Amino acid sequence: MSSQSQSGDSSRSVLHRLMGGSTLVALLSVVLSIVLGGLLIAVTDERVAETSSYFFSRPGDMLSAAWEAASGAYIALFQGAVFNPRADTLAGSIRPFTETLTVATPLILAGLGVAIAFRTGLFNIGAQGQIIIGATFAAWVGFTLELPPGIHLLIAVLAGFIGGALWGFIPGILKARTGAHEVIVTIMLNYVAVYLVAYLLFTPAFQNPGSSNPISPRLDDSAMFPLILGSGYRLHLGFLVAIAATYGVWWLLNRSTTGFELRAVGANPHAARTAGISVTKGYVVVMMLAGGLAGLAGVAQVAGTEKVLTGGIAASFGFDAITVALLGRSHPWGVFFAGLLFGAFRAGGVQMQTQTGTPIDIVLVVQSLIVLFIAAPPLIKAIFRIDQKKKKKKSNKPDRSEDITTPTAAGGLA
Amino acid sequence: MSTATEARPKKQAPGATVRNWKAPIGFGIGALVALLVFAAGSPAQTAVFRISDDSDRFRLADVALPATAVGWFTAVALTLLAVYAFLQVRNGRKLNKWIPIIYGVLFMIGFLTWVVGSANTPSISLSGLIAGSVTLAIPLIFGSLSGVLCERVGVVNIAIEGQLLSGAFAAAVAASISGNAYVGLIAAAFAGTMVSLVLAVFSIKYFVNQIIVGVVLNVLVSGLTGFLASTLLSRDPGAFNSPPSLPDISIPLLSELPIIGAILFKQSIVGYLMYVAVIVIYIGLFHTKWGLRVRAVGEHPQAADTMGIKVNSTRFWNVLLGGAVAGFGGAFFTLVSVSAFSRDMTAGAGYIALAALIFGRWNPIGAFFAALLFGFFTNLQYVLSIVGTSVPSQFMAMLPYIVTILAVAGLVGRSRPPAASGTPYMKE
Repeated sequence: MSSQSQSGDSSRSVLHRLMGGSTLVALLSVVLSIVLGGLLIAVTDERVAETSSYFFSRPGDMLSAAWEAASGAYIALFQGAVFNPRADTLAGSIRPFTETLTVATPLILAGLGVAIAFRTGLFNIGAQGQIIIGATFAAWVGFTLELPPGIHLLIAVLAGFIGGALWGFIPGILKARTGAHEVIVTIMLNYVAVYLVAYLLFTPAFQNPGSSNPISPRLDDSAMFPLILGSGYRLHLGFLVAIAATYGVWWLLNRSTTGFELRAVGANPHAARTAGISVTKGYVVVMMLAGGLAGLAGVAQVAGTEKVLTGGIAASFGFDAITVALLGRSHPWGVFFAGLLFGAFRAGGVQMQTQTGTPIDIVLVVQSLIVLFIAAPPLIKAIFRIDQKKKKKKSNKPDRSEDITTPTAAGGLA
Repeated sequence: MSTATEARPKKQAPGATVRNWKAPIGFGIGALVALLVFAAGSPAQTAVFRISDDSDRFRLADVALPATAVGWFTAVALTLLAVYAFLQVRNGRKLNKWIPIIYGVLFMIGFLTWVVGSANTPSISLSGLIAGSVTLAIPLIFGSLSGVLCERVGVVNIAIEGQLLSGAFAAAVAASISGNAYVGLIAAAFAGTMVSLVLAVFSIKYFVNQIIVGVVLNVLVSGLTGFLASTLLSRDPGAFNSPPSLPDISIPLLSELPIIGAILFKQSIVGYLMYVAVIVIYIGLFHTKWGLRVRAVGEHPQAADTMGIKVNSTRFWNVLLGGAVAGFGGAFFTLVSVSAFSRDMTAGAGYIALAALIFGRWNPIGAFFAALLFGFFTNLQYVLSIVGTSVPSQFMAMLPYIVTILAVAGLVGRSRPPAASGTPYMKE
């Protein structure tokens, strides 16, 4: 249904799309979520609680306290994510933005993995495990093999992709051969990956010699992503890999035969089977691709940002990737920008937490609210009273044109 | 999907014999493991399983199993079963449904004897192991009952995790403020219902993909409770986050029976509620008019609608009920298990509950036993780490998850979810 809405979109005027279409809904969703998040910050603020005790004698005190709490937190978040005017140099001012790009890199890559599976009708909850295994493979290549620069990095990236693909292959083949539901299998594999790495990091092959902590040796410099803007910033070449992967997935889905078959399987597996497309092969192929992309996110983490393998290498990127894919409506470039937005939230959230003491969890709240609202355009339209007159004809079918790409096959837990 | 085709082997034409090699292959791998590990790698010790605790009034003797003998016995028996399964399938005959169960029990005996026999102190308390399993399974069982209620009516509930977490949070806060654990219990059910309300409104009214709403709700609840825990709760833990515990209620005499005493007659109110919920939901779903309607809506909403059942309102109320049930399970975390809320304390229990529900084939009793199996493996890992086993603890920790994957791929592949589960109903 999304492909239909896409082609339908292009025939409408840009203005119409901006005013009544999904862009406006997306924008309003973001605004509404930020406002709700701000309310939450204000309500739980200590000074607001103090001033509320004499609200009826001096209401202005409480309102200004509430405003300060919410706006202070968001300003800190913005300064931590985009531009910091208080820094002494220009280099310091733009550092937050490079941090955003750094954090967005694994989000985009893993988000693409979730999205591509989604387009084929599979719900890949396993990005977390796929990131971990990808990072493990890449790290092992990085600190064990001795190869010339360039080739070493290439092999490490390849190993990460293969590691993730392997972890994606398991749910894919089980789904294709036995019908085991990929949601369950990928969730379970996340846990297996966590414990597997926890075990490996205590074995001589992975543990840093001389350390009793579960931490690997540092990756060789030759296996590390070069820093794009010099040593002053953490931004590394992995971000360019993310851009390339976004383009690659876009090309695969929209320009290649394989992509067409995958989308056909996602839209209607029965019809695809009738048309001679192998559904089982599609499931295996797409899960390997999805796992591989998430594995690349693991490489970005271990060979770019973290430089060593630890049990927490994947942070919560695998789960955030699901919301990124949903917000991006499973379209590659949508995922890219959703990844940037959530990367900004995360990078800024860290700054906000240290500066104003607002817990970073607020970022999770705002992110999930955004996805919820965007998924339900009628709700947003009802809240902001858009399109009410035009929709008077009241068709029986609800307005699903702006629905997130939701393949029918991803429905029941079969 | 592909399960649907496998789900009804009886409908195949009588002439066509479809041989399902899944069982013999699985049996064969298991037998090989048993031969290599349980038999060839058997320790020269005797594994002791203590049936009774010292406090029990009625006591049974301990069971002592020589590891080598039991290892070889189970390995040979498992191999014979694998060969039998192979022959049956080759001749195109169906496997008796008891064979996998016998196989599983034998495998468990072999595994337990091996793993306990190779521990530093080869002796564990069987009653403690089982009682602990039930305790660990309580929130899982509530969670999967919530899933059963939702899926049977055609709504996939991925938000079990969020419902449990919100229940745990609300129970901690409400019980702390009121000083009464029972108020916390009610608040937990209310919080679970609120999460369900969002799920119901978005998936039934706004037709948003149910899995998406569920996943997002889990993130939302995690963020919300984490935020509140580190603002309100951490500011004054004494007032907001020190809930009184629900005490264990022992039934005189019966609670002193070996093994079943501890699991059936010495539980907190949440534990007893769990047994009641399993039985009531089972009877309700399969032996009442309400249950028939619920299942009709989940299987064929168009037909149910034609018969005059209000599809979407049935779905709505069932989802809310599911939330309340999961909320009780959440209360277990803060009112029984630990007496304070900490962020993300459910630690994926909701996802395990989801797996248990599928493993249990969308049936309350099945989900109950599946959740028990998880509880058993989780507790086994704790017990074994105490007696000191040679198996790395991480592999023991993996066991429940690997067992689930094997179960979902092997056993449940043939089961079938409610037909309309996951698809919104729009009146034509």
